Amino acid sequence: MNARTEVLDRIRRALADVPANEEPADVSVPRSYARSGPAPAGSPAAVDLLAERLAEYGASARLVPEGDVASYVARSVAGLGTGPVVVPGGFPPEWRSALDPDRVLSDVPRLPVAELDRCGGVVTTAAAAVASTGTLVLDGGPGQGRRALTLVPDFHLCVVRAGQVVASVPEALTVLDPSRPLTFVSGPSATSDIELDRVEGVHGPRTLDVLIVI
Amino acid sequence: MSDTTFLGMPAFPVAARDALRDSQLRGNLARATGTIRTRRAAAVGEQDDWEELREAGRALKERTLRHLDRYLLQLEEKVTAAGGQVHWARDAEEARRIVVQLVQDTGEREVVKVKSMVTQEIGLNEALAEAGIDAYETDLAELIVQLGHDQPSHILVPAIHRNRAEIREIFLRSMGEYGTPAPAGLDDDPRRLAEAARRHLREKFLRAKVAVSGVNFLVAETGTAVVVESEGNGRMCLTLPETLISVTGIEKVVPTWQDLEVYLQLLPRSSTGERMNPYTSTWTGTTAEDGPRTFHLVLVDGGRTDTLADPVGRQVLNCIRCSACLNVCPVYERVGGHTYGSVYPGPIGAVLSPQLRGTDSEADRSLPFASSLCGACYEVCPVKIDIPRVLLHLRARVVEQERERRLPKPERLAMTAARWVLTRPSWLSAAQRAGGLGSRLVARRGRLGRLPGPLSRWTDTRDAPVPAAESFSAWWRRTHPETRRPARRRQS
Repeated sequence: MNARTEVLDRIRRALADVPANEEPADVSVPRSYARSGPAPAGSPAAVDLLAERLAEYGASARLVPEGDVASYVARSVAGLGTGPVVVPGGFPPEWRSALDPDRVLSDVPRLPVAELDRCGGVVTTAAAAVASTGTLVLDGGPGQGRRALTLVPDFHLCVVRAGQVVASVPEALTVLDPSRPLTFVSGPSATSDIELDRVEGVHGPRTLDVLIVI
Repeated sequence: MSDTTFLGMPAFPVAARDALRDSQLRGNLARATGTIRTRRAAAVGEQDDWEELREAGRALKERTLRHLDRYLLQLEEKVTAAGGQVHWARDAEEARRIVVQLVQDTGEREVVKVKSMVTQEIGLNEALAEAGIDAYETDLAELIVQLGHDQPSHILVPAIHRNRAEIREIFLRSMGEYGTPAPAGLDDDPRRLAEAARRHLREKFLRAKVAVSGVNFLVAETGTAVVVESEGNGRMCLTLPETLISVTGIEKVVPTWQDLEVYLQLLPRSSTGERMNPYTSTWTGTTAEDGPRTFHLVLVDGGRTDTLADPVGRQVLNCIRCSACLNVCPVYERVGGHTYGSVYPGPIGAVLSPQLRGTDSEADRSLPFASSLCGACYEVCPVKIDIPRVLLHLRARVVEQERERRLPKPERLAMTAARWVLTRPSWLSAAQRAGGLGSRLVARRGRLGRLPGPLSRWTDTRDAPVPAAESFSAWWRRTHPETRRPARRRQS
């Protein structure tokens, strides 16, 4: 008997007490927990909550009108010195218009990982944001690039639209596509491994800036 | 049986006696568990629907476990359709063999690892080392344990028994042996220590071709794997290498994508006391132009089906490895993780290890007794595992097993004698008189400590106050002579 057959066989024997005609739905799962958050998706209250929660993780979060995004992007990146900045394909051109084109790398063709490691930072969009937990979600869609881009450089500027902000985790999962590789980012990289207290800054970007476009 | 890491550990009471003498250890643990308890309480306190989430978390696991074969087959189908390869392992030995072979097939001699309980459980690093493959742990606490040639002592923070000064020493001493050394002027500021780890591991991440990970959840409906982490080492391992090998116990599956909404709320708040952990990665098979080109999923039984077969013990498979029960446990806080002789310490370890490994060794037989049954673990468990109930259930199993083996233990003889005495009032007063007298002869500072001879088995681990000079019934008879019943009055 191969391992697969044997493990499945063991499971069926172990579950001898489960009636043969029982269906998974017969085991009731009460979903009386809150499926939606404290504020409607995209509302000013949701946006404020997102900014507040991000700040508590040590990320900087700023509410910015659409027309000012380009200048804030340029200002945020200016702090990085002169190193190259990765801006993935699909990032809105009007948002990157104030960046020095000589500093911008596009990841086309794919940057070798060592070169990525020499980049000062990365600027992306997001797929969604969760206000109550201060979470940004990236799914590799336009303006977000592959997962390594937001991981290897030490600085990540993420631009998210107010309309993408939902209040709760359940709401976020309904708008996300599980077939895409997803990354949920809640603040800069951190650890609790030294005396169980939180310290920001380990392997992922140690600085996370967020612009919420209102 | 499946656990190779702690072979030869003494039984819990013996190990506990040594651990309790280590005041550094007790200080480190008290500080760390105190910090995390406060953080967890705050994070849970602000979630108004916490009890509803717990109940949903429990019920979903019950649904999954009662139909585990169906969900595993669905998972296999979806992972395969998305470009992944699924492997099945009956036990630790088979799982090790599969992973070693998969690494060898890539031609690489080095792997980076994300923290994974199941790979510790199966002793994977030792098997890789035997095959000449270097495995680098990349989680900060795992790195501390690996560089210190130490054993993990906590599910979430394997180096919880080390304080910042000890971590600094380990880094300065050992980092250079395995790669980028620690900076010369390293102090014990946690930020500087984290930075030293970042520098030490970066070159390993950038050159790694193969990664080994665990998973936190697997979604049957979509074939999606989930890793919940903090530092970004998980993302490095899941994203940069060409080959990803994820090893998991068969109980990690959840039915639907929607079900993650429960666990992604329960886990971070229970585990690190955060609203959300810094990074959660989900992936489904392989994706062109993003991440590993090859994905292997190794599903391990390793005693889980034995656990599943016990309708009371089965609920332990609900565990999502948050470690909240360790952090609130008065026993764990005092004796630390090593005492439990398993990669799964604390209350959850006391109910998981004897089920996964069986109760053949004295160490495993002693684990269900490593608890005061205070119930704090049950209260904080995000998936409502009734740990005290399972502890009692396993205690009964151990006692039954010993009875079958016809081992008359002094404890059982004493209990039989006690039943005789307690059911006969005249014997009881005689015993009380003798006990009161005798105990004052051996007591020290008003307490009874270790007693001689066969009684030592009981008193080794229990102190008792000296019985009063006079028992209550003797005092009553002396001070209330009018209530004394006429001897042998017949009832009419």
